[in-house]
Amino acid sequence: MEALDKLKERFPQAVLGEETSCGQAMVYVDRNYLLEVMKFLHDELGFDHLADLGGVDYLGWKGKGKKPERFEVVYNLYSIGKREFLRVKVPVPEKDPWVPSVTKIWQVANWFERECYDMFGIRFKGHPDLRRILMPEDWKGYPLRKDYALQPEEEWPEYDKVRAKARELCRYEWGDRKVREG
Amino acid sequence: MAPTVEVVQKQCGHPEWEEPFVVNMGPQHPSTHGVLRLYLELDGENVVKCDPRIGYLHRGVEKLSENMTYTQAMILTDRLDYISSAANNVGYCLAVEKLLGLEVPRRARLLRTIVCEMARISSHLLWLATHALDIGAMTVFLYCFRDREWLLDIYEKICGARLTVSYPRVGGVRLDFTSEIIDELYKFTEEFPSRILDYETLIDVNRIWLKRTKGIAVISAEKAVNLGLTGPSLRGSGVPYDVRKFKPYDAYDEVEFEVPVGKIGDTYDRYRVRMEELRQANRIIRQCLDKLSETEGEPVVAEEAPDLLMPEKKKTPQAVPHPKKGFLVKGAEVPVVPEGEVYVSIEAPKGELGYYIVSDGSGKPWRVRVRAPSFVHISSIPELIKGHMVADLIAVIGTLDVVLGECDR
Amino acid sequence: MEAVLKMATPWLILILEALVLLVVALLHVAYTTYAERKIIGHMQQRLGPNRVGPRGLLQPIADVVKLVAKEDIVPSGADKSLFYLAPFISLVAGATSLAVIPVWEKFALANVNVGLLVILAMSSLSSYGIILSGWASNSRYAFLGGLRASAQVISYEVAMALSLVGVMLMAGSMNLSEIVKAQVASPFKIYAIPQIIGFFVFMVSAIAETNRTPFDLPEAESELVAGYFVEYSGIRFGLFYLAEYFGMVVMSALAVTCFLGGWAGPFEIPGIPFFWFLVKLYALIFFYIWVRATLPRYRYDQLMGLGWKILIPLALLNIVITGLIKVLV
Repeated sequence: MEALDKLKERFPQAVLGEETSCGQAMVYVDRNYLLEVMKFLHDELGFDHLADLGGVDYLGWKGKGKKPERFEVVYNLYSIGKREFLRVKVPVPEKDPWVPSVTKIWQVANWFERECYDMFGIRFKGHPDLRRILMPEDWKGYPLRKDYALQPEEEWPEYDKVRAKARELCRYEWGDRKVREG
Repeated sequence: MAPTVEVVQKQCGHPEWEEPFVVNMGPQHPSTHGVLRLYLELDGENVVKCDPRIGYLHRGVEKLSENMTYTQAMILTDRLDYISSAANNVGYCLAVEKLLGLEVPRRARLLRTIVCEMARISSHLLWLATHALDIGAMTVFLYCFRDREWLLDIYEKICGARLTVSYPRVGGVRLDFTSEIIDELYKFTEEFPSRILDYETLIDVNRIWLKRTKGIAVISAEKAVNLGLTGPSLRGSGVPYDVRKFKPYDAYDEVEFEVPVGKIGDTYDRYRVRMEELRQANRIIRQCLDKLSETEGEPVVAEEAPDLLMPEKKKTPQAVPHPKKGFLVKGAEVPVVPEGEVYVSIEAPKGELGYYIVSDGSGKPWRVRVRAPSFVHISSIPELIKGHMVADLIAVIGTLDVVLGECDR
Repeated sequence: MEAVLKMATPWLILILEALVLLVVALLHVAYTTYAERKIIGHMQQRLGPNRVGPRGLLQPIADVVKLVAKEDIVPSGADKSLFYLAPFISLVAGATSLAVIPVWEKFALANVNVGLLVILAMSSLSSYGIILSGWASNSRYAFLGGLRASAQVISYEVAMALSLVGVMLMAGSMNLSEIVKAQVASPFKIYAIPQIIGFFVFMVSAIAETNRTPFDLPEAESELVAGYFVEYSGIRFGLFYLAEYFGMVVMSALAVTCFLGGWAGPFEIPGIPFFWFLVKLYALIFFYIWVRATLPRYRYDQLMGLGWKILIPLALLNIVITGLIKVLV
């Protein structure tokens, strides 16, 4: 692929590897060079549409392909002008999970990165407003990590408060509707 | 970007600080299209700051899919954008098929295209209905619902469900159309163009409608791409990006249709684009129906497609006690998907709906990520509403056509 | 004793008349809501109320019973006295205006010489109810609705008053009965033809004055949920509702009186002297409902622009033209 070759030529030290899966080109990029690579892809190679940004947790990965680090942040890029697709993957170690934010290049990344932070706990350096987005603000843990149980042992602490409130308001209910116990 | 408590406390001491007039619009509000909550700071009628807060409908679809087989996870996609569930199913199936390397029979592809376009029409009708109602035109609302009802009835005949259809499946579709359904669809496509004219006469030449939509929330082509807008919201700005044309899937490369684009990218342009899309969708359905007769009697499921039903459990299942609840029966064989990863996007009625699936070669997806157009569109509201009024905010939410089930997942 | 009775008789008659008028007006208001739902229903391809009584005819009564039986909730942060007072101000102001409307030649409860002024004053007063309710509810939506209402009512008040000046000039009186008589004597029989500009301005500002679509910004349900009465419930909510429809009936009656020739018609209907008045009134109420089913809502600034930039200049132009004709002819 042309874009991939140009990328390798320009940033030989940043590209960690490349792969093809189901006919889609993938390139692994070192997170320290990510901002420059992305800027190059956006400004000069015309990848103007950041189709998707998300994280993947490879804890306990049983597949054949080797995963150097626990997390990966995946950028699916598309060039509307050239009709080209490219996937950029950034390995993120478990110890110090951070990635530079690409919000300045694509504004759409703002909420994608917030979601990724919310779900995986990966911090995006330089993000203007890194808050939880889908989960409540005082939520503990990162739900899409593989070690986060589907049904956690402990409930969200606020849930008790909500239930207590519901029980208190229960006496205003008409008929015999009751707040379920449990 | 709401200030934290400390910042507010610090500002309170400042002599020039005035408490902003904060309105918390939603999550229960008649025109936020679901449980969208907007934190607004107003200066009279003008919106100074707008911060959408989402997550009230978060059901953890992505986490749940990781714990289900590929066929089980498909029904979760129905609940994303529940207005156009068929399109969501198709997107998911396409992604899994790509991982499996499955070739879908032609008749199944035609049928999928038909239900996708039906989903587009019913979604756009609901959009028009609520958009008009938000701006105050009540009659359009009920006119649109009349026609949407017809489509939902056809859905019911096709697969028994009206809203969450789960009609496509990995490798094809569940059932073939009966001749009765095809006749009904012919009748619908015959009748529908005149219905579109009805709506247009109601609002197209209405001065108040024009005043409320023209020049509102204008967004340039470049900005729209940068904000990640897709679908009609992007095409309203003049960018002809349509996944159906750019990366044709199903039978879209066989049919003829045009991609309508707007000029300046205001609310009115987006309205025109969607109205034109209704016509094009009707046209596509018509062409697919004609082609259906060519493929009479052909199979609608690929031969090597994985079974829908869970195979019979083994006589002595290896029952593994779940830490909390009863037993989760393992030991049943499920279709295995080869290792790999894929990003497949389709042109859902709301915009580009993408599925990024990572498979580790087992029966369950390792990671399913849904690129929801509504999520992106809501994130662009603060940008679009700059310098507008509260009343325009309603128009902006309407024009972006968001569904919170898809946004929160 | 006889003397007392003689003194009291006119008062008793007056009270009786007032009661009759109020009951008839209330029935009209109640069935205007029914008519609105039924007409809009048919315009929107649905049936409208059809469960309570034959063809749903008892629906308004069922609504009243329901509203009375509902709990009357007062928000804890509200200014209680104003909160209680506001719906009554709206309703009383609306209902009082009826007193000066001449239903037919011999029936005007208060045949005062400044009838027009009374109506204008009362419709201004009714806006106090809206503003106070918005303020007293201590809710953001209600507050915004109240603000919108105050701005809107004040600016459209001006346009409406100016549009009526032409009528005053032509009739030479502010007594509503005199205006009708002057109309009948005039060459066109109704003022709507020579005062076409005034009539147009009056109708538009009357819709705005009564907060109905397309000028229903104070209660825009898709933006402000319900606007100024969002915190009201039960019968207090019902009173606001009632006041809105009272306003609609009063404005239509005023239009009939000032522009459409009041009780006069092409021919006499024996026994029912107010026949033509009612026919014209119903036609105008139908017009109100029709508009509601057809038009979207204006935005706040567009509404003010329409009021100050179009309607008021038009009304002024109308006054000048009327004055010139009056002087020259």
